Amino acid sequence: MRMQPNAQFDGQPVPEGSATTAIELSEASVTFGRGDRAVPALSKTTLKIADGEFVALVGPSGCGKSTILRLVSGLVQPTSGVVIVGGREVAARAMRVGMAFQNPTMLPWMTIERNIMLPLKIVEPFRSKFRKLRKTEFRDKANALLEQVGLKGFGNRYPWQLSGGMLQRANLCRALIHEPRMLLLDEPFGALDQFTREELWAILQNLWMTHKPTVLLVTHDLREAGFLASRICVMSARPGRILDDSRVDFARPRTVAMTFEPDFVALNQKLRAFIEDARSAAQQGAD
Amino acid sequence: MFGIDVRQKAWSAGLIVLFFVAWELFCLMTGMSDLVLPRPSQVFVTLVQRFPVLWPHIVQTLATTMLGFVLGVALGVALGAIIGVSKTAYDTCYPLLIGFSSIPKVAVVPIFVLWFGSGTVPAVLTALSICFFPIVVNIATGLATTEPELEDVLKALGASKLDILWNVGLPRTMPFFFASLKVAISYAFVGAVLSETVASNRGIGNVMMTASSNFNVPLVFAGLFVLAGLGVALYVVFSLIEGQVTGWATRKNDVIAT
Repeated sequence: MRMQPNAQFDGQPVPEGSATTAIELSEASVTFGRGDRAVPALSKTTLKIADGEFVALVGPSGCGKSTILRLVSGLVQPTSGVVIVGGREVAARAMRVGMAFQNPTMLPWMTIERNIMLPLKIVEPFRSKFRKLRKTEFRDKANALLEQVGLKGFGNRYPWQLSGGMLQRANLCRALIHEPRMLLLDEPFGALDQFTREELWAILQNLWMTHKPTVLLVTHDLREAGFLASRICVMSARPGRILDDSRVDFARPRTVAMTFEPDFVALNQKLRAFIEDARSAAQQGAD
Repeated sequence: MFGIDVRQKAWSAGLIVLFFVAWELFCLMTGMSDLVLPRPSQVFVTLVQRFPVLWPHIVQTLATTMLGFVLGVALGVALGAIIGVSKTAYDTCYPLLIGFSSIPKVAVVPIFVLWFGSGTVPAVLTALSICFFPIVVNIATGLATTEPELEDVLKALGASKLDILWNVGLPRTMPFFFASLKVAISYAFVGAVLSETVASNRGIGNVMMTASSNFNVPLVFAGLFVLAGLGVALYVVFSLIEGQVTGWATRKNDVIAT
């Protein structure tokens, strides 16, 4: 099941214990709306993520996990505080991060490989070469990625011919095709059944081990966080803050069987307790 | 599936034949004067006999319709794109658009005649003004229903509004657009004939008007048949184009289970 490293990505910087900071939030707050109807979504969050790290954000629903993703991708501006991504402050223009959501949103009029090539139509340096290379190099690139997620030969199918799990794999390919240094995943497997989900964990782990992007994964699933992440941040209820930040040092590649071992279960229970506390604190606050 | 399709078509054709046969029999049995309701056979004979005279008028009506239609589509797409992309533009323009669209178009023909004289121009303008509204609405709807997640994915890549419009918005709008074209072409046709009837000396509408004042009722009906034929033909043409361009929208329903 382990994938061979893809030759195309060999030139990418692989952070071997490097301390280069990929994402830095300092005292970042986000408030939606103004005046009486202002809703604080995130309050004074400080978070530092190194290049190549795989960080999972967990927490009760509506706690501002997705807001952090949107901050990092530049879709939302901080109301106060600073967000630095890749060494620059995130301005209105985002910086070619790969994103994937729970809804795969493949365009129904395009084949899977053309869907996956969509970012190449947008992002330089691929954009200017798109017309010339879309039938050769870019197509091969898309199919190489499809092969890595076990969808070899599905490139010329249409989205409606694929199952939900297959579409989500294609979605991961689309998020990675332009070789982003950063991958932002917002509950990408939330709509899948348990078995498909576990299968995709392994696929995502392989993709990460091959391409080594910095990954920020928002999830509700504590097993998912433990399986995939090298670091887990637990967030409080709205407005979100980071309550706990812990490393996950299980050996890779991790397997589903490992998620039932005592160490893993203990980690799960620790995280669970944090979230329970956050939830009950929020309920008391509401009363 | 194929068998059901063929049977369905046979039923449709049968109903059309039945309609004309019933009409013919009704006229024969009641001894209806052809000044009131000519028999279909009389109408067909008139149609064939007078076809050389009718032909230039058919061309005129078709040309007027198509010109009005093309202009209406261009205007409709442009306006629909603006309204669909920008929420502000949508909220601002919509009341005015509704106002315009609810004016019965027959009421504006005299104004067009006043400005441009009778003839081709008011017919084109009437066709345009009557057919552009469904296009605006459909384009705007299609653009407004783009999935927000996909928009976020593309924005995070640094895509401009134009990139998103070009790669996602417009293709997504195509099924809506072609559905509206079918409606719009029929509307344009109605508009053109309407204007010809009121103020023109050419076109099928005018032929029917003249024929009815001469009590040449079979010719009036022949004009009606021509209009029906043209209307169906235009509809079929645009349905075929629609099927070619936006087949994905109807196939999408065959989802394979997860």
